[in-house]
Amino acid sequence: MSIVIEKLNYVYMAGGPYETHALRDVNLTIEDGEFVGLIGHTGSGKSTLVQHLNGLLMPTSGRILVDGMDLADKDTDRRAVRQRVGLVFQYPENQLFEETVEKDIAFGPKNLGLGEEEIARRVRDAMRRVALDYDTLHERSVFELSGGQMRRVAIAGVLAMEPQVLVLDEPCAGLDPRGREEILSLIRGLHSECGTTIVMVSHSMDDVASLAERVIVMNKGGVFMDGAPREVFSRGEELRAIGLDVPQAVQLAQKLRDRGFDVPQGVYRIEEIKAVIEGIAGKGEKHA
Amino acid sequence: MASNDVNRIVASHLSYAYPEADRNAVEDVSVRVKKGEFLAILGHNGSGKSTLAKLFNALYVPSAGTVWVCGLDTKDDALVFDIRQHAGMVFQNPDNQIVATVVEEDVAFGLENNGVEPAQIRLRIDEALAAVNMSDFALKAPHLLSGGQKQRVAIAGVLAMKPDVIILDESTAMLDPSGRQEVMNTVHRLNREEGISVVIITHYMGEAATADYVIVMDDGRVAMSGTPREVFTQVAKVRALGLDVPPMTDLADMLRADGIGIRADVLTVDEMVEEVCRLSSRS
Repeated sequence: MSIVIEKLNYVYMAGGPYETHALRDVNLTIEDGEFVGLIGHTGSGKSTLVQHLNGLLMPTSGRILVDGMDLADKDTDRRAVRQRVGLVFQYPENQLFEETVEKDIAFGPKNLGLGEEEIARRVRDAMRRVALDYDTLHERSVFELSGGQMRRVAIAGVLAMEPQVLVLDEPCAGLDPRGREEILSLIRGLHSECGTTIVMVSHSMDDVASLAERVIVMNKGGVFMDGAPREVFSRGEELRAIGLDVPQAVQLAQKLRDRGFDVPQGVYRIEEIKAVIEGIAGKGEKHA
Repeated sequence: MASNDVNRIVASHLSYAYPEADRNAVEDVSVRVKKGEFLAILGHNGSGKSTLAKLFNALYVPSAGTVWVCGLDTKDDALVFDIRQHAGMVFQNPDNQIVATVVEEDVAFGLENNGVEPAQIRLRIDEALAAVNMSDFALKAPHLLSGGQKQRVAIAGVLAMKPDVIILDESTAMLDPSGRQEVMNTVHRLNREEGISVVIITHYMGEAATADYVIVMDDGRVAMSGTPREVFTQVAKVRALGLDVPPMTDLADMLRADGIGIRADVLTVDEMVEEVCRLSSRS
């Protein structure tokens, strides 16, 4: 199931004094099973774009086709779309409201009109996927949980809809390093084991570099770059010019090149730069 | 409100338990922040670091032990307003700490509450907004500012009180990288140029690496302390406490594990470059 975006435009508060053209002629195709990292400066349009992917925002102009269904068409069954594309907002734990973990996760499936047994299966399954123990936690109040656990409950609520595409808007914002690692490994698992298509909005270039297979860079409402992390991160100057960082491995590679070392273009992972340095150190030792 | 004493914050055998909690959130912590010092407090969620910060400006009162802010004991109710004037706090969420509908009125809020005379208020607002590079926004509505700008307004509100210490409780956690940089640059400049002591509570190791001194909290206690270099280079211990190490320190650690003779205390990309140059020229 692919998502096809054609000439998408979106204008906030059209005609008012604060009119903002948030998306300009965006054309993208997201294929089944991809892991896309979506990056960009605040205000670049990334959150506006992801809210279009499951029909929360209606395009001002242009089309979005999800599994062939046109989201710009008012007659499209939005529920069917939201079953396929799950959206995890920023700080999703702020939206938990039920008395227990189980009820909160069951909320979506219940609204789909599924049977008791199927709902129970989905809740257990979703909890297992986010590494929350069903037996000890399902009857607990969500408000007794840690921040990281609350966020996983919120993600489980979306997973219980069994979407084929999972869109996450800054899933690690505000978490401590342990919580962040838990969320990232859970996303990695959903992609590699369940084959879920992932679109992850992130400010962390290091997170994107370690997970994504494709990086889309937004700037001023348009697609500024789109390619493999190796290609995108090798354009460090251009990224910095629009207020973005590059992963530290890329910075190191560039500075070593500036000092005259032979570092291959496109190096962007810590393991890659480690191998380069070991090569350099090995030569140094041979000269000794 | 300058104090002659060189110590800005002194915590001695400090413990704190939340009402009805069966264990202490902060347990026997002793720490000192001197004039002009920059302290970073790290720790995973629930480690007690935010509780500690709130004990530093009398938002919480110790269950045992004592906190002195510029020589004032936080247990003394009568001193609470003086203490908060000495030690101002900036919180995590930029949207939860702005009260006025115009930037300069927000900065004036604390001053008006303290009965500062109008001419003096005008002067302090202008100084405070200039210090955080927000003078151009004095008459703007706060909701039209970016997160980083809002946090700088919050810092200006604290600055207007002429504090000796600014405490930032995860004040960059909800900002994007450029907003984070704005806030950190502002705080460092105030520290360097005005001699204001700074306490930051943070999850970002890069921010902690710029401090003079770091303490790592775990289970309410101080688990590690020292300069950033002393703390971060204990890679295994830092990890065990649920924290990251800076990527370059991590890389140095991996290279050492493979038998490369690199220094263990590398923190930044530039330091790593120097180390690689040293390795390659060794003869």
